Amino acid sequence: MRVALFVTCVNDTLYPRTGRAVVALLERLGVTVEFPLGQSCCGQAQFNTGYRREAEPLVARFGRVFEGFDYVVTPSGSCTAMVRENYPRVGSRARAEGRGEALARVADSVVPRTLELTEFLVDVLGVTDVGAYYPHRVTYHPTCHGLRMLGLGERPYRLLRAVRGLELVELPGAEECCGFGGTFAVKNAAVSAAMGADKARAVVETGASAVCTVDNSCQMHIGGTLSRMGAAVRPVHIAEILASTEEEIW
Amino acid sequence: MNGGVYVGMPAFPEAAEAAVRDEVLRGNLRHATGTIRARRAAAVAELSDWAALRAAGAAIKERTLRHLDHYLLQVEERVTAAGGVVHWAADAAEANRIVTDLVRETGEREVVKVKSMATQEIGLNEALAEAGITAYETDLAELIVQLGDDRPSHILVPAIHRNRGEIREIFADRMATWGRPAPDGLTDEPAELAEAARLHLREKFLRARVAVSGANFVVAETGTLAVVESEGNGRMCLTLPETLISVVGIEKIVPTWRDLEVFLQLLPRSSTAERMNPYTSLWTGTTEGDGPRAFHLVLLDNGRSDTLADTVGRQALRCIRCSACLNVCPVYERTGGHAYGSVYPGPIGAILTPQLQGMEDELAASLPYASSLCGACYEVCPVAIDIPDVLVHLRERAANGGAVSRRGTPVRIRPARGHAAERAAMRAAAWAFDRPGALRAAQRLGAATRRLHPRRLPGPGRAWTASRDLPTFPEQSFRDWWTRNRDDRQP
Repeated sequence: MRVALFVTCVNDTLYPRTGRAVVALLERLGVTVEFPLGQSCCGQAQFNTGYRREAEPLVARFGRVFEGFDYVVTPSGSCTAMVRENYPRVGSRARAEGRGEALARVADSVVPRTLELTEFLVDVLGVTDVGAYYPHRVTYHPTCHGLRMLGLGERPYRLLRAVRGLELVELPGAEECCGFGGTFAVKNAAVSAAMGADKARAVVETGASAVCTVDNSCQMHIGGTLSRMGAAVRPVHIAEILASTEEEIW
Repeated sequence: MNGGVYVGMPAFPEAAEAAVRDEVLRGNLRHATGTIRARRAAAVAELSDWAALRAAGAAIKERTLRHLDHYLLQVEERVTAAGGVVHWAADAAEANRIVTDLVRETGEREVVKVKSMATQEIGLNEALAEAGITAYETDLAELIVQLGDDRPSHILVPAIHRNRGEIREIFADRMATWGRPAPDGLTDEPAELAEAARLHLREKFLRARVAVSGANFVVAETGTLAVVESEGNGRMCLTLPETLISVVGIEKIVPTWRDLEVFLQLLPRSSTAERMNPYTSLWTGTTEGDGPRAFHLVLLDNGRSDTLADTVGRQALRCIRCSACLNVCPVYERTGGHAYGSVYPGPIGAILTPQLQGMEDELAASLPYASSLCGACYEVCPVAIDIPDVLVHLRERAANGGAVSRRGTPVRIRPARGHAAERAAMRAAAWAFDRPGALRAAQRLGAATRRLHPRRLPGPGRAWTASRDLPTFPEQSFRDWWTRNRDDRQP
């Protein structure tokens, strides 16, 4: 089984710990991880802001870089959803515009093989207890694209419940968007900030010491809001919790 | 009013910023949408076949829209055969002219109205007023809006932005100007407020000789119109006057009664969270000795055929105006409907208004961005309109311009204003991301200067740092860590 890590541009640039945690976690579970250096960005920011044609070279690149891998594992619900939900749209719209089949073929090829981390763990490896230890009170925010586009459902919760030492506390209004939304956060900053403040307050009220997600882009928004509020709650990616052991807490 | 957009409103971000600061409004909305959201979820959860009903609703509408030319002619034929008169209106101005002329022919100077989005879309009340005809809204919430000289802020609950105290003030101050005054000593008890409205409206129902309505559905096989409602005011308007004029968007057709059955399950549970709405009025043309003597059906296009020409955007025409997407939308909950500046607010408005009326207007062009793309609207939509997909599609049109249909003619529109810098940035980012060497160079520059990064950004970045701290730039990117520690083949 050849497994590639698509770390995503946000993690690569701003949250390399998350990428390292995925590598540590998967290797502990006996998976050999490759990291093709030709990878960059899934093109979501372009696509979602209305620049579909600008996203096309990145779709094509994704197809080239991850050719030949059985699975492409991504520590981001949002970027995985971009590949699975929107690459077929990029492909079919290019075809409808008379610009050939190449992008549609990329979509056909990568969509079934591209999985978000918790999907890969639960569905492919068939594990929910990954042998992790994380002695903290944690609340989980299901990010929108993971929740509604990918339908991650219980997977992250099952993984977190199996972590030794971890106390999982319910987040009120969990399914409501944190207000990040990519360029929405700056184009409609006032609404985004109001949504972020409500989410941050809900997180603080749980009494958790860490808020966990499968998306560091949402986490950047929630964490940035918590930090501005002076709250001590730490944003942490699920990969970092699952990578943690008695020997090494991430 | 200009085909659904209120003239003179600022673009969404500015209007939203002001709305977000209004604590009373946010309180009213949080309470109201939160309540109805929970009730809707419970009502939907009762049906084990909801997913199948939803799929059927989407499929029926989709198929009907694909063969709309056929069904429209069928409706015209059946309504005419049943004693009604069918009129065709290409746009708002034509529809208003038709209705105004019809009312004039009756010699009446006032009409009672059933709650109708189509007549709001065309600005009918204003057009009638210009012709010296007074239109009385009879839906309770529409009455509150009309008396308060206000605008609706929700499709189903137009006065959702008002609380009980505000409604009492409006009734006490304004009812006398429009007819029967509010009773003395009116309190903000819901039963008292409802009674005041009932007494005020009853006078209008008994006097009116002309009614104007919309329709929730038109059943093509028999030419039957349907209005679903909760208060009974619609039933009064549809049965008491001598002349009934119904203004109906051409997308409201369902082919058969069996199809209608699907929607009579989907709509009440999605909108008011009821198993069945209290009043469902159905009428076919005119009936001797029962109800209106004259019935006119005005079939309204007003941008719908052009919307139908767009293969991605056309799904917006499936909408049955239930408002579930408004109630679940985190953006709507914080801004209310007025910030959208259009008759159709919320997520559905953000995809309907720019299509029905075009995106030349700055406000209309800003609406597709009024969403974090969280997808809650799509999840609750009873006819499975993929609102986020259409939003992104319309963003593409705003950012780049493109081919659209205008009054049936293909035209190319220019990008909306204010996208040049964004376009340059998106192209630059895509260029860099297609060259991992450039990406790595940028990451290393960021790491080398990490101690110099300001906590508050200038320019467009200020929008981020005004309310949120920035993440700390790491000492090395993931790819640098990988190449140094894990990959011997790479430098």
